[in-house]
Amino acid sequence: MANERQQKIRNFSIIAHIDHGKSTLADRLLELTGVLTKREMEEQVLDNMDIERERGITIKAQAVRMVYKANDGEEYVLNLIDTPGHVDFNYEVSRSLAACEGAILIVDASQGIEAQTLANAYLAVNAGLEILPVINKIDLPSAQPEHVKKEIEDVIGLDASYAPMISAKNGLNVEQVLEAVVKYIPYPIGDEEAPLRALIFDSYYDSYKGVIIYIRVKEGTVKVGDNIKMMYTNKEFIVTELGYLRPGALVPGIELRAGDVGYIAASIKNVKDTHVGDTVTKASNSAKEPLPGYRKVISMVFCGIYPADGSKFGDLRDALEKLQLNDASLSFEPESSVALGFGFRCGFLGLLHMEIIQERLEREFNFDLVTTAPSVVYRITTTDGIVKMIDNPTNLPPVTEVDKMEEPMVKCTIMVPTEYVGNIMELCQDRRGLYKNMDYIDEGRTMLTYEMPLNEIIYDFFDALKSRTRGYASLDYELIGYMESDLVKLDILLNSEVVDALSFIVHREKAVTRGRRIAEKLKEAIPRQNFEIPIQAVIGGKIIARETVKAYRKDVLAKCYGGDITRKKKLLEKQKEGKKRMRQVGNVEVPQEAFMSVLKLDS
Amino acid sequence: MKEIGIYIHIPFCASKCLYCDFNSCASKEALIPAYFEALAKEIEECNHNAKVASIFIGGGTPSVVDQRYVGVILDKLSNKFYINDNAEITIESNPGTLNAAKLSAYKGYGINRLSMGLQSTENNLLKTIGRRHSFDDFLKNYNDAVKCGFKNINVDLMFSLPDQSLKDWDKSLRTIAELGLQHISCYSLIVEEGTPFYKLNEEGKLNIPSEDLDREMYQLAKGFLGGSGYSHYEISNFAKPGYECSHNLIYWKAQEYIGFGAGAHSYLNDYRYSNISGIEGYIRGIKEGNANSKERDFISKKESMAEFMILGLRLIDGVDREEFFWRYETKVEDIYGEVINKFINQGLLLSHKNRIALTDKGLDLANIVMMEFL
Repeated sequence: MANERQQKIRNFSIIAHIDHGKSTLADRLLELTGVLTKREMEEQVLDNMDIERERGITIKAQAVRMVYKANDGEEYVLNLIDTPGHVDFNYEVSRSLAACEGAILIVDASQGIEAQTLANAYLAVNAGLEILPVINKIDLPSAQPEHVKKEIEDVIGLDASYAPMISAKNGLNVEQVLEAVVKYIPYPIGDEEAPLRALIFDSYYDSYKGVIIYIRVKEGTVKVGDNIKMMYTNKEFIVTELGYLRPGALVPGIELRAGDVGYIAASIKNVKDTHVGDTVTKASNSAKEPLPGYRKVISMVFCGIYPADGSKFGDLRDALEKLQLNDASLSFEPESSVALGFGFRCGFLGLLHMEIIQERLEREFNFDLVTTAPSVVYRITTTDGIVKMIDNPTNLPPVTEVDKMEEPMVKCTIMVPTEYVGNIMELCQDRRGLYKNMDYIDEGRTMLTYEMPLNEIIYDFFDALKSRTRGYASLDYELIGYMESDLVKLDILLNSEVVDALSFIVHREKAVTRGRRIAEKLKEAIPRQNFEIPIQAVIGGKIIARETVKAYRKDVLAKCYGGDITRKKKLLEKQKEGKKRMRQVGNVEVPQEAFMSVLKLDS
Repeated sequence: MKEIGIYIHIPFCASKCLYCDFNSCASKEALIPAYFEALAKEIEECNHNAKVASIFIGGGTPSVVDQRYVGVILDKLSNKFYINDNAEITIESNPGTLNAAKLSAYKGYGINRLSMGLQSTENNLLKTIGRRHSFDDFLKNYNDAVKCGFKNINVDLMFSLPDQSLKDWDKSLRTIAELGLQHISCYSLIVEEGTPFYKLNEEGKLNIPSEDLDREMYQLAKGFLGGSGYSHYEISNFAKPGYECSHNLIYWKAQEYIGFGAGAHSYLNDYRYSNISGIEGYIRGIKEGNANSKERDFISKKESMAEFMILGLRLIDGVDREEFFWRYETKVEDIYGEVINKFINQGLLLSHKNRIALTDKGLDLANIVMMEFL
């Protein structure tokens, strides 16, 4: 039975498709409840990583406690839990939602429901949350709020009659959202005397306090000084500090009780000891069962990351360790490549995750990186009956030892304007997609469902989708299992030597065309050298495509007199700098871009 | 007192050739008097003492201005510096701008070497590249020069010209060699940014020889001239024994020189620096007391060693190990041993007795060797 205190609490999230206004609404709510004054407000406060801001996405979940005096005269504690805004981070989203009782579903009045609106809505429904629709951007000339309300009712099956219609940007009607939260989102219930069960929905690393975990207390109470235990990792810690959260600040308190959202600091040194989705309980008088929904994070996409400067290997490892402090879903293992030297095989939740990590390594840590093509994890059964998970094409056992090869499959949901449906169906078919379903959302848009191999998606599928639909298509995908496939390993030889970093696994039907395209791309990417360079694409020893980079015969300055010397030295220096960006692969100098050029195949 | 070379720049031309990216101007004759006034002032105000081993008057087309200007400048130089009795004094000229009177005047001023920018013996090719003279113009001037008593004459020839065939090039080589002059420079055409040829090339309208043909032409020059009594002593330069250009050797041996005039470069007391390139800017600069441009590089010992190698390898005989040791008090192998071995293995450098030099293949790919010495 909820006590009076709990009845005044609302725990909720905001979910939406990208750019529908989630962060702007969050800003407005913080402003209205006085958490931040207008002066303190920097736009989209909760997204405090540069990359997040630039890409308009949220990577880290953040939580903020607001106090709101409602129209009924009572004070309510509103805990807003922000969720990552991209399909790669679905598990994090689901745990953040599990910390809430309700979710505000924002829909852009001019765009209507998009792929992730749906995906997130389903996540919320599955989490048992009460969903409060909110129609945003009603100030836009192209806004069609009534139309969108109907869409919500028809497609998601929610009653949108009481949905506030707002413009978060202008602050129009935003107080209605607060009232609606108080009125329609349920309050938390939980026995404060029961054994402690608190859900970890995020964490970050603080160099003084150690790992700070964000929790939602479901049952029980926790105080400073308590001896706590993580139920999945079995690690024990003593609470040194706890409290609630404000943007960019921790507000220490004495205790957290069932229904509360807050943080705990317990001198936790290693982020690996705190898993998102784990349950915190007390070391003595532990709970019998952990909270449901915990899942070990699995990496979907792998790639090799190598420092351009071989001597920076140690620095790269340090940088990856630092990144991992705050990103438990990033995995990495040292590996080596004949072509690229020493580096790491890194695992990511998806392509966006991979791009973000690469960008952070380059920007925050100033690395010049060479990355291999991303690869998925294949399941190989050898002729001896041993099952191996292979995340690096070079580790594929020889053809003669392989009995069965299986690749990961995903279910893709693609939202596309109806006029492009034929084009996109062609694209999916081309990528070995299996058609499952087609739904007309409205006169303008169609939702396609395809089952496709993940390795067909991870290269440039998303870009192709966007370019074929002038940017209007949206994509969501989830792993559905493994399927046996006729896969082969494609090797690339430069100057008759295999370049292991360029190898990849492809479906047999596509191998020849893919091999040809790659040989062509490499021919363009590799600069001429003073000897002829044969480029060969090979499968199982058989050459399936061949190109040649002609040798250049001349690289000399005809005139060099008094006035030319300084300029000539500068030119030679520039030439030398250009060479530095080259990797020496056997005798051949290959620019870093060449490794990535094999990816852009649908241009 | 150290020995240096002196360079004088005369940037005036009658017209701009289609391939030219030098510091030169057409249609600025009005500035000639002011320019030479500034040049004279620059020389007067120079406060370096040195013995002069060679003087080179280049351009532009030094022979388009009245010869008396040249006389005045040479006079100023001999007042300022001690000029060796046997100093090589060169003036560059274009066929069609010389005559007996001018040549005689030059001789009187002490000029003992004449360089003529012929480029080609074929009139159609001359027209294609925008030259104002014909082959006959050249012959006339050449004969005048010989009659006048010039015993050290250089001709500039160009290959890889648009529409030029191997036969055309062969003809030019034979014709010039037959004249028996002392020095021939052979340059392959380089399409430089900012020139009309660059634009034409971008548009695909410039029919220049392929890389293979270009190398064939170069080999032809080496072979033919070698067999005609000319020693191939630098990448682009051929001379009868004893007639190598002393002034240019100063550049290739990384020795010191002072340049006067617009855009002129100097290498003195461990600094490489230059003057403002524009004629007006130079004149104004001199008026205000300083015509140096912003470009001023300190050449450290390390840099100097690199230069020694990069410039020295342009000479066919290459660099001398003992010379390197004498100059830098360290063995060349101690600094560049690895690089040298690498290129010997690749067949681009050879080592013979005391010399390290580019091979035939190395001459074609000199840049990739030189780059590694930086």
